[in-house]
Formats: sequence, structure tokens, C-alpha cells
Amino acid sequence: MLPLSGERINAKGIISEKLDSVDTLRGSSTLKRGFAHMQKNGVVMDVTNVEQALIAQEAGAVSVMVLDKLPSEVRKAGGVARTASIKIIEEIMDSVTIPVMAKCRIGHVSEALVLQETDVDMIDESEVLTPADELRHIWKWDFTTPVVNGARSLAEALRRVEEGASMIRTKGEPGTGNVAEAITHIKKVNDELRTIKSIYDSGDNQDLVRIAREFKVSYDIVEQTAKLGRLPVVNFAAGGIATPADAAYLMSLGCDGIFVGSGIFNADDAQERANAIVLATTFWNESDKVKEAQKMIDERQSIHGLDVKTLELRMQDRGGLA
Amino acid sequence: MSLNLGVLSIQGDVNENILSIKAAIDALDIDGTVTSVRTPDEISKVDGLVIPGGESTTIGQLSLFNGALKILKEKIEQGMPVLGICAGMILLSKTVKDKVVGKIDQPLLNILDIKLERNSFGRQRESFESDISLNSIGIPTFNGVFIRAPSISDVGSDVEILSKFNGKIIAVKKNNVIGVAFHPELTSDISLHKYFVNLTNTLKN
Repeated sequence: MLPLSGERINAKGIISEKLDSVDTLRGSSTLKRGFAHMQKNGVVMDVTNVEQALIAQEAGAVSVMVLDKLPSEVRKAGGVARTASIKIIEEIMDSVTIPVMAKCRIGHVSEALVLQETDVDMIDESEVLTPADELRHIWKWDFTTPVVNGARSLAEALRRVEEGASMIRTKGEPGTGNVAEAITHIKKVNDELRTIKSIYDSGDNQDLVRIAREFKVSYDIVEQTAKLGRLPVVNFAAGGIATPADAAYLMSLGCDGIFVGSGIFNADDAQERANAIVLATTFWNESDKVKEAQKMIDERQSIHGLDVKTLELRMQDRGGLA
Repeated sequence: MSLNLGVLSIQGDVNENILSIKAAIDALDIDGTVTSVRTPDEISKVDGLVIPGGESTTIGQLSLFNGALKILKEKIEQGMPVLGICAGMILLSKTVKDKVVGKIDQPLLNILDIKLERNSFGRQRESFESDISLNSIGIPTFNGVFIRAPSISDVGSDVEILSKFNGKIIAVKKNNVIGVAFHPELTSDISLHKYFVNLTNTLKN
């Protein structure tokens, strides 16, 4: 039993139809958020081709995320980053049995519709790609396919949930191999959750509505979240994860699971690293197993990390004000 | 003696099942507890186990790695009640194929003699909710939540069919083993979890 509240009645993404004369419902919050619940305690791996997708599945990934270029390559290439080739997404969908996700640009409704029509299992409205609209995110209630969004704070997370996101992940700083920003973001979300929960517990509605105005969201979603003491949707860590220990630490901070972008397939020991990061995510609270996982990788093969202070492009700022 | 129930905590929606089992124990007013279990040692101590929804390849590979798969198989064959949900039902089966990819090789418990097809109703966009019935175990209507769900096309002679949806088998039972293609833990209806807690309680005493 689970509080999967937050259904938007008559949302366009909900489809009532008869399947062989039996009434069915598709695209409900239960189904879209429920999909994310099935990913919990798992690792979603960024891939750019079938070969990488098969390595990810073999390693025990719960899903693959298809991109045209890995985030670190996007960073190097500059220019405009768009959604991946549909042909490649379909090739991957025909090759693996685990779910296939793909990224679209922030605010780019038609890219998202194309991905929905392609039948990907989840859409990531992602700051790794160049935003199409800095001020408006996609109204995700219109989609039957669930959508995940990045967030750096509780305010950003709740704004995305209010737009219909079925899952949240930290933004971190993608393509850096530097986990510091992801840690900062999840700690900020946790801290803000503790704050609103204590306000709720004290019965101070006057202060809760102040928070809602500061967050630029409705009072209802703040109240619901404060009552739960956690986000009303599944919350993963993402952005800069490069090693098994990175993954284990984020799990210990209360994340529901892990997205790994460049950290695996830009490392020189991708296969071992994929296995090791899955092990460390699953057994994050068994230190002997995390050590065993960390031993499977060679630090000399890790992605070359970037100091966030020196970056010209901070992907995490994209769409952050909206 | 107090009833000791477990939810296999490798990957998937573990907490949702713990909440449902807890609610079922309370509703039945049984002296029992439910915990998440992962290590062979933890698994060896439970009287009944839920294998939750998640990704069956992930749960299979990791429970092979930490030795959970071996003790699970031993305990289920010795009569421990188990409720396999979606990925959990896949793990209980003998052989599986995927609707698109075809034959697949993944670690399985090899307990239920069923012909199972993964992703049988399509991808996530085709995931659906619909009323189903489990009449033979006293649950006339239930809100079936099917997420990239598997289905069964055929069962061995010792496997009982509990429910069908549009001709596809979606729930089965063989003595102490129950497999369902849908997610009761994503609804507020605890009747299936209650049935399972009752079954475990009866078999223990």
C-alpha cells in the first residue's frame, strides 16, 4: 500500500479504452509513478549504441538511457545537443529486455511526443541537452509515457512534480565525473524536507504557505510532501557518478537509485565498472561488498574528472529558474 | 509463535510490499512482523516471503551473486510460502521468453512449470489498470495494475490458474507458491496480501 496521490483528473495522458471489450486505463499516475517504483534500488545507465546497452543489461542495469553522445562528449563537442536518433533508440529497444529511456530537450514538447510515439518506457526532460525553452518545462500530464526531471532543490523538484513528472533525479553536474554537485543537491533536498516536515508537524500553516510561495508551487503539494516527509515520487541520484563508492554514498543519503552518465562508458574499464556500480548500489549498506565492488575497478581507468569551479558550461543551471 | 514475514530486498518496490504486508497483519490481527531480507542468513529465518516487482534480470543476477537464489530455491521447495509479483513471478518460472527479443537466458528459480512471456502486453505506454477477479481464492474483484507485465500462455498439470485477462493467464498457484503478473502493492487493496499472510500462518501452525 502506497500513497501514490497527486492524480490529475482528466489529464490528457490518461486513456480509457476497451481492450477486447474489457475496460482499461492507461497513463494514470499509478502506472506512471509505479513504473519508477519498479526501478528502485537500481542503476540506469546512459548508452549510445546496442553494444553498450547489452553490456548494461548484462551488468544488471534496471534500464538504459539512450543519448546521441554521453554527457562528457556533449560538453566537449559544444553546439546544440538534441534527442538521439530514433533508429538507434529502436535498435536498442529490439535488443534488450529491460526498459529503454531516452532524453529530450527541456520544454521541447514535440521531441517528447516523438519519443512517446517511439514507445520508449520513460522520457528524461534533461539539462544535458540544450534547452528549447528556458522558461517553460513540458506539461507532462499530457503524456501517457512517464517523464523524469532533474532538480537541485526541493522547490525545483516540486515544480516539476506539479507539471506532471513521475520521477525526480538530482541534476548534479553531468559529464564531469565529479559527484560533489549530486551530493550537494540531495543533501539540500533532504534538509528542506526535514524543514517542511517539522513545520507541518508543528501545525504552522502560516509558515507552510510562506514556503509554498517561496518555492513557487501550490500549498497543496507542499502540505502533501511535508506530511509524507519525502518527495511524492521516486527520487534518484544523477550527475557525475563515476565509481562504486560514489553510488554507495548517494544511496546512503536516501536516494532511491542511481543514474550513471559518462562514468561507465567513458571509463576504460566499462564492463567491470558497470558490474561494480550495480553491486555497490544494491549492497550499499554492506561495506565488505562495496569494497569488493570498488576493487573491481581501476582508478587509472576512471573518467578524467572536472573541477566544477572551472566549468564554462554549468548544465545544472539550465531550466533551473523556471 | 510469532509469524516472521520477509520481502526480498535486492531491487524493486520493497517498501510498498512491506507496507501492504504490515497492513494485512494488522487487519488480520495476527502476531507477526515483516522485514526486508537480503542475505542468505536473513532469508533462512522467514516463514514466508514476497519477491517484489522490479527488473527480473537485475534481481536474478544479484541474488545469484550473494547466494540468496540458492537458499530461496531450497526453502521454497521445502514448503516456504512465497508470493512472486511481476518480476517475482518471472523468477519463480522455469523458462522465459521476451515478446520482442525472444528466448532469453537469465537466472531463475525454476519452481513453477509455466510458459511465461515477458513484456507480454507491450512496453510502458501499454501498461494498464483493469478490474480482474481471483474468485478461487475468495477475491471477486481486484484493481489489477499491470506495468510492463508478463503473462503465462500455458501451465503444467500441477499449477492452478487463479486468474485470466483477455485469455492470458495472469495469476497462478502451486501449493505454497503464488505468482501474479500485476502489482497489488501499488493499490490500497490489501486482500491479496491478506490471503498470503493467512496462507503462511496456516502452513506454519
